[in-house]
Amino acid sequence: MTDKQHLLTTKQMAEFAANGVLVFEGLVPDEVNQQAMREIDDKSFNLWTGYSKSGTPLSRMWAESNGLGAVWRLPQVQGIIHSLVGPDPLYDHHAGHTVAPKTIGGQHLHQDSIIDTRAWAFDVQFYYFPHDTPKEMGGTLIIPGSHFRRVNTFEISRYQNLVGQTAAICKAGTLFATHCGIWHCARPNLTDKMRYMFKLRLNPTVKQVRLWNTDDIDNPEVHHILGRAQGWMGNEWRIEMINRIKFWRYVTGNDKFDHSLWAGRLENMPENQLQPA
Amino acid sequence: MALRQQILILYLSTSDLASNVCAWSIYDGTGKETHTSGDSDKPPYGSVLEAMKDGWRVIQLPQQFPAYPGMEYTTSFLKFEFALEKLVEV
Repeated sequence: MTDKQHLLTTKQMAEFAANGVLVFEGLVPDEVNQQAMREIDDKSFNLWTGYSKSGTPLSRMWAESNGLGAVWRLPQVQGIIHSLVGPDPLYDHHAGHTVAPKTIGGQHLHQDSIIDTRAWAFDVQFYYFPHDTPKEMGGTLIIPGSHFRRVNTFEISRYQNLVGQTAAICKAGTLFATHCGIWHCARPNLTDKMRYMFKLRLNPTVKQVRLWNTDDIDNPEVHHILGRAQGWMGNEWRIEMINRIKFWRYVTGNDKFDHSLWAGRLENMPENQLQPA
Repeated sequence: MALRQQILILYLSTSDLASNVCAWSIYDGTGKETHTSGDSDKPPYGSVLEAMKDGWRVIQLPQQFPAYPGMEYTTSFLKFEFALEKLVEV
């Protein structure tokens, strides 16, 4: 049972709806980070290379690991997982990402997997940085707000820079949680050390409705958060706003939710109302 | 003296060539510069028009299509992609 104090708040969920990414700076304790690095160095367990069996409940994964596996058993991380994909998600895949020292070319921008035709259900992807990642070491480049864009993996690799892009420049133990549709890529590593990042994708097993701590569900700041545009969206931010409203209706289970009548005026069709005989 | 092409791709906020840059990419056929993802936080020009004033030639304007029925709120690629070139002696 996940402790309520570790669940996300409604404001955090609104941030996730708007940007498709949440950042938890230095969340993982030092001893776990150090053990994770030892597991990377000595190649213990099958954590760093290869996939495990997709569809396995996360709760049955990596019980023997006190580093990379232990991250997902931390109560705070369990709370984040529960809030986004429910109490008993399935392991989809993981990958140990490395960027070699003195790599001057970045990875091409992409969205993981092929076009996801699900309406609003989503997988979550975690990016765990077990060591300090300064700017010259890269960090993953993330395009906030790109998660509703439907593209097929590397089709977007021609895009080099977008206004509002953000890089995972962070201290050891930082965890990024993203919607599976987020656009991202690895940035160059100009240092003389290998850069490591551990990615984990999880699938929900329940409908993703009000899984977080909803004590602040009526917080008016939710509208402010959902209404923030990203600089790269240009004129299309209005379309993104409609998608955010639809997503928020899905995760709150409130199909009447609206923001400044953006959806309401499109749904206003008096001609369809039944008239008394 | 041979000529080589430099390509600048600017993604604007609307179809107006003077509208703001939302995203950008540079490919240098001279081989002197290499650009990569996330290598800059500031666009080289504020608009296509500004780049034209600096000698860049527009070689592609984005075509515009109405949304297919049912696809009105589906978003995907960046919509207003302008390709510009310079020919440089090497």
